[in-house]
Amino acid sequence: MTTAAATLPSTDIDPFSVEVLTDPLPFQAALRDAGPVQYLAAHDLYAMGRYAEVRAALTDWQRFCSSAGVGLSNFRREKPWRPPSLLLEADPPHHDAPRRVLSSILGPRALRRWRDRWFAAAVEHVDALLGTTGGPVEVDGMTALAEAFPLRVFPDAVGIAREGREHLLPYGEYLFNAFGPHNELVAAGAVEAGEHAAWVNGQCTRETLADEGFGADIWAAADRGDLSVEQAPLVVRSLLSAGVDTTVHGLGWVLHGLATHPDQWSVYRADPSRHRVCFDEAVRWGSPVQTFFRTAEVDVPVGDAVVPEGSKVLLYLGSANHDPRHWDTPERFDLAHDPSGHVGFGFGLHQCVGQHVARLEADALLAALADRVERIEPAGEPVRRANNTMREWASLPLRLHPR
Amino acid sequence: MTSLVVTATDVVADGVVALTLARPDGGRLPDWTPGAHVDLTLGSGETRQYSLCGDRWDPSSYRVAVLREPDGRGGSRYVHDVLRAGDRVELGGPRNHFPLVPAARYRFVAGGIGVTPLLPMIAAAEVLGADFSLLYGGRRRASMAFLDELPAARTTVVPQDEQGLLPLASWLGTVDDETVVYACGPGPLLDAVSGLVPADRLRTERFTTTEIAAPVRDAPFTVDLARTGVTLTVDASVSVLDAARRAGATTLSSCERGTCGTCETTVLAGIPDHRDQVLADHERAAGDCMLPCVSRAASDHLVLDL
Repeated sequence: MTTAAATLPSTDIDPFSVEVLTDPLPFQAALRDAGPVQYLAAHDLYAMGRYAEVRAALTDWQRFCSSAGVGLSNFRREKPWRPPSLLLEADPPHHDAPRRVLSSILGPRALRRWRDRWFAAAVEHVDALLGTTGGPVEVDGMTALAEAFPLRVFPDAVGIAREGREHLLPYGEYLFNAFGPHNELVAAGAVEAGEHAAWVNGQCTRETLADEGFGADIWAAADRGDLSVEQAPLVVRSLLSAGVDTTVHGLGWVLHGLATHPDQWSVYRADPSRHRVCFDEAVRWGSPVQTFFRTAEVDVPVGDAVVPEGSKVLLYLGSANHDPRHWDTPERFDLAHDPSGHVGFGFGLHQCVGQHVARLEADALLAALADRVERIEPAGEPVRRANNTMREWASLPLRLHPR
Repeated sequence: MTSLVVTATDVVADGVVALTLARPDGGRLPDWTPGAHVDLTLGSGETRQYSLCGDRWDPSSYRVAVLREPDGRGGSRYVHDVLRAGDRVELGGPRNHFPLVPAARYRFVAGGIGVTPLLPMIAAAEVLGADFSLLYGGRRRASMAFLDELPAARTTVVPQDEQGLLPLASWLGTVDDETVVYACGPGPLLDAVSGLVPADRLRTERFTTTEIAAPVRDAPFTVDLARTGVTLTVDASVSVLDAARRAGATTLSSCERGTCGTCETTVLAGIPDHRDQVLADHERAAGDCMLPCVSRAASDHLVLDL
């Protein structure tokens, strides 16, 4: 421990201050340059920001566990604000059955039945936005596209009620704030969090879910015995917790990237072979999910330092995705990049189980835009919103020029 | 190709040898869950499926156990008589057709070498805090592997030469709705269990020597990248994904271990040799897609939509 402390860089900067949350790249660069791991005195926390160490720690579930919480709070000492997730906040073997069931329901082959419907919905959505005048249209890219399109297709695919869907975004916003420290962002959301959570929980029962959809598939798994009936509603909850805001902000970043890099929009429209990398490049570049935490199960050597048993470890996905030790020109949004191996969806056995769903939603929306929109350009200053986990835009004024 | 090195061979019972396998660089192996098996292609060129029976908390080694089958095909003889520490084998998977489902109580029934997939299930049941017990039969006590690793208080060991056939009916009793029975062993044993346990309370894996995957080729094959307009030769030193990427195809991948499904690619012609953990059996059989990070070709030629 003495030697570890001697070689461990330390900082007093609070990465959850509004200043860092709304402009995280300078802090991330300093974190990476300080070493493979740095002590964050403000929260008695260890942080990793380099690609190699972040990816290795995400993969190493044996030594960096999730069941003590993937936020700052340590569930072994503090009561979680909601019953822990059976996926995100669980380790093997508890994690095995829920993960197996959801992987198969949300696998790329299983999603094929939604593909045509979502592509058609995107065409309808974009046509309605563009109207019939043929002239340029100004929209808020966040509300009109990044939020509206997932809310149009995903809740239907899960099979939840139409009434009350306005709870979904604030629920996710609060959930992702709650992974951080109890700062003013958490305090501001706490007032209504219970109400949002109660509505979400109410959507997860067998009786309220539609006969077709991811929710029904989860309950069918319970009927087969692949899940217990106690687990099924919590697995549905995972879809509603992790499947909305993340996709919304992934879409926000791809729209922002394409609006601010008009050459890349031309590349996207001209070269279908780049479609496959576009959304993932945005997820790498923007890293809508910036951070997750783990808890060290044992003393873990990292570089010359040791992360002590029982300590919380901040894994800075956004920083890893901008690490020049791994990526060439990471600061650029560029469809010539190969974003393979980015950690924007996490890595290892907790890697985003819904990543294929997010990609399909993005593919549908971008295809509809590419068919109909010649140019996307900023129509005003985008507005950031601070969140303890997500790097997000509150507003993205865009001007869409129809073909 | 994913090569593993045999780091140890241990005789764990009469006619049973346990292999410990690792990556040549000692790094992490793909994660697995209790009940999973791997496809191992042996130096003899045959591919066999073996249940993983080691400790999943050890990320750098796998353990499988192989019964010598004098009447079987060459695989078990090769493992027993030829394979030595330091030798290489090729890995496919792991995949799991025999997963542990949630239950308050498990009753495990093992016949002979069928105990292997149940070992990690027992370890899981202990961590899960589930109630469980094991009924384990074999021809002779000396032929029964891993007796020293089983929790004695929860295990009933029945060597046939001492005690006769497994007392299935009396040991199982009435199987209630809180219980799931896992049975692995020879066909007659599983048939007997099936007659005593309601179908929705029973999960079985048949231990036979007939389940053999297609032979894996280590000879080079050619791949047409239809969109890129390039034909390339893929030899054993490179993955199809890497070869396509180097040839200028647009690829997207993530885990590069056949786990996440990101690199799924449409197969336009040719027969893929599936080595991934993602595709279900019917999807493999359809042959119209593959995960090129780990999967290869069974035919001389593949045409991919890349």
